[in-house]
Amino acid sequence: MAFIDYYKALGINKNATEKEIKTAYRKQARKYHPDVNPNDKEAHKKFQEVNEANEVLSDPDKRKKYDQYGTDWKHADQFEQQAAQQQYNGRNYDSGRAYSGGFTEDDFSDFFNSMFGGQGGGFGGSRGQARYKGQDFNAELNLNLRDVYHSHKQTLTVNGKNIRITIPAGIENGQTIKIKGHGGAGVNNGPTGDLYITFNIANDPEFKRVGNDLYKTAHIDLYTAVLGGEITVGTMDGRVKLKVPAGTQNGSKVKLKGKGFPKYKKEDEFGDLFITYDVKIPTNLTDEQKRLFTELAKS
Amino acid sequence: MPQQALISADEFCTSHNIEFSYMRNLQEFGMIELVTRHEVNYIPENQLEKLERILRLHDDLDINLEGIHAVTQLLQRISQMQSEIIRLQNRLRLYEDF
Repeated sequence: MAFIDYYKALGINKNATEKEIKTAYRKQARKYHPDVNPNDKEAHKKFQEVNEANEVLSDPDKRKKYDQYGTDWKHADQFEQQAAQQQYNGRNYDSGRAYSGGFTEDDFSDFFNSMFGGQGGGFGGSRGQARYKGQDFNAELNLNLRDVYHSHKQTLTVNGKNIRITIPAGIENGQTIKIKGHGGAGVNNGPTGDLYITFNIANDPEFKRVGNDLYKTAHIDLYTAVLGGEITVGTMDGRVKLKVPAGTQNGSKVKLKGKGFPKYKKEDEFGDLFITYDVKIPTNLTDEQKRLFTELAKS
Repeated sequence: MPQQALISADEFCTSHNIEFSYMRNLQEFGMIELVTRHEVNYIPENQLEKLERILRLHDDLDINLEGIHAVTQLLQRISQMQSEIIRLQNRLRLYEDF
């Protein structure tokens, strides 16, 4: 548990007036407020520190104690005992509005809790009996491309609890979904936090995915490319027969409409599958084959 | 069209200790949608998250309506850009991994 310099957190000196503290706090809170820094864990942490600093420095009693013990706070045990016997009236709230930015009293540092015994008043310092939404949890889920071709249910263990979620088909790599009500418990009957799951979807060795479209390379031999023919190609939902027209060039593409990836949250809508032909040039020709190719070249 | 839950605007205002005129201003700014049924005002459920965020910005950070309007528009733009970054990262990954 480390000492936290609350003056430094607010960027003020030790002689700062109440007005200077308030101004500095407002400035820092605007900068780091979770609502203006969505999904920024660093900003969230900084916001908590700033909030905690304000909680202490804007309250004359707490500020006095903080200044008194300062870096020597570990010897504040006696003070804590006194504090436990006192009835604090510092929590003089006037609003029942929930702050649902994920900040709860649990977010006060160990340093704060050790010194002030968890007397956090919450953001703004004026919200007694305030209902706080529980903390939002963040999790990552690693899946293969084929896992997200179909919607499926999966059981996850988050903070020791098993939850069963539906992973919708077509979800994108890096995409985050919100599972409402599976975060931390609320404070004072506040709503439960939410769970945010970010999906890491590995590339597939066979298919490249670009949005809802898939790309794949099909190898064909020279004779099929020259004379035309039929090949079988694997798609995400089975194999299909493809007619290769005579005179197919190396690198040419065909589009298989609707054989791509499912569109996210759009039932029965799919992207396209693009097949690129890779013409294999025969090697290790026999003498007879060489002769025939030479004849062809002359014709 | 799926049915949308409606929350009584009066109840919301009472529990959040705000005047209905503030909500009306937000509606006029185009920041939230309100629904009127039989002369009673309601908040569609899908507006709730947005509305709560606006109230937090107003309360916690002392930002006025014009400021909140600017902030929400910028946040929306950030969100669009983040989606675009994810899309581009995924494209780039194709060239890095293959």
